[in-house]
Amino acid sequence: MEAITSFVDQYGALMAQGTWDTVVMTVLSTAFAYVIGIPLGVLLILTAPGGLHPHRVFNSVLGWLVNIGRSIPFIILIVFMIPMTRAIVGTSLGVAAAIVPLTVAAAPFVARMVEQSLAEIDGGLVEAAQSFGASTWQIIRKVFLVESLPSLIRGLSITFITLFGFVAMAGTVGAGGIGDIAIRYGYQRYQDDVMVVAIVLCIVVVQLAQSLANVIARKIDHRSR
Amino acid sequence: MINLTNLSKTYFGRFGSHEALRDVNLHVERGDVFGIIGQSGAGKSTLVRCINLLERPTEGSVIIDGKDVTAYRGKELSQLRESIGMIFQNFSLFQQRTVLRNVTFPLELRREDKTAAEKRALELLELVGLADKAASYPSQLSGGQQQRVAIARALANNPEIMLCDEATSALDTMTTHAILDLLRDINKELGVTMVVITHSLSVAKQICNKVAVIEGGAIAEVGATDEVFGNPQSDATRRLIAADSGLSVEEFEAARAATSKEA
Repeated sequence: MEAITSFVDQYGALMAQGTWDTVVMTVLSTAFAYVIGIPLGVLLILTAPGGLHPHRVFNSVLGWLVNIGRSIPFIILIVFMIPMTRAIVGTSLGVAAAIVPLTVAAAPFVARMVEQSLAEIDGGLVEAAQSFGASTWQIIRKVFLVESLPSLIRGLSITFITLFGFVAMAGTVGAGGIGDIAIRYGYQRYQDDVMVVAIVLCIVVVQLAQSLANVIARKIDHRSR
Repeated sequence: MINLTNLSKTYFGRFGSHEALRDVNLHVERGDVFGIIGQSGAGKSTLVRCINLLERPTEGSVIIDGKDVTAYRGKELSQLRESIGMIFQNFSLFQQRTVLRNVTFPLELRREDKTAAEKRALELLELVGLADKAASYPSQLSGGQQQRVAIARALANNPEIMLCDEATSALDTMTTHAILDLLRDINKELGVTMVVITHSLSVAKQICNKVAVIEGGAIAEVGATDEVFGNPQSDATRRLIAADSGLSVEEFEAARAATSKEA
């Protein structure tokens, strides 16, 4: 009991701050990644062969760009992007700076997730919408993004959890967060207790995120199964 | 009302081309329930999709109410489609929308006032006998109920024309009857002109006043339903009737010859 109290006294604030920083970085970079990734995913679907506006060249070029974005290992992307990060947020250290490479790494991933979700939509629904005179924009807003919502929410939880892992890596290059604490205290100073608590905190956050997403996805899913 | 003149549609694929429609000429009059009957792959679906330009004909023209609409795009095309309702074999209801919001969908597209749209949708659900299901989701309904919702949705814009693409093919016999009755009522009472795509003789006999038999992308025969099926003039029609009764064409011919001798 005493051991726990003294641990909390010594590291409680530090670890709470670290967890908070990690969650903030993950949430913000997930949000920015979707701002970029949803339009990209929609464009991939629209311009695909058999899509509403098929365009072979545009589709291939966009596909390549997305694949390039996805093929750079994140740890290398962080370092590679330092000059760009400085230009955008004025520093290459800390929470705000980490969000730039996190977003860049996640946006192509999100684009593919969104593409996947939209690809599941029954083509008959798009045709039905067209038969009532829907424009492409209306089909995107009222058919694509509404009919695929449960699938998009499930994708969102996968993205969030993937980025949560990326944030730990960003931590090692000065972003802070729970990953950074685990490395500095748990690994470099041999403080196993800090390491274990950091890991437990990570597990708790991921479990919570996944459970929440599952509940929401189930609640809003009205498709027949 | 609907005039299709010299309509052809060719699909160009990587391994050559496929002629889905060949020089089709059809005239549908106001108030008709016009059947287009043929076997799978005959080109029925392509033909009906040319009417609201979900498919663009390669050649020929689509004339609706005296206006050549073949080249319509953008806003003009949207307005044309608003005046043509359509129902589908698999109902194509939006799974993530309630029954009510499925029916208001066409009205939302025109940015109609929400309250007015919902009032209109409820009237239509009343008409198809599903007012109590307004808050349900399509997955909670039976096939027949889903098609009723689709019919209500197709009527939302007060269309003058309704296209029915194998509308009863996914339904059992009893439900098919009920849906066909509903379509006939809509034709009679609301004066909606109907184009009915089907592979089923009994569907065509039950509601169509005229039929066109299509085979290999070409119209084999057109006429009043009784005449076409009572006294078929084309091999395509004979094949269709024979197939429907489970006979070979020869057996069918022999049976027909026998009955006409007796008479």
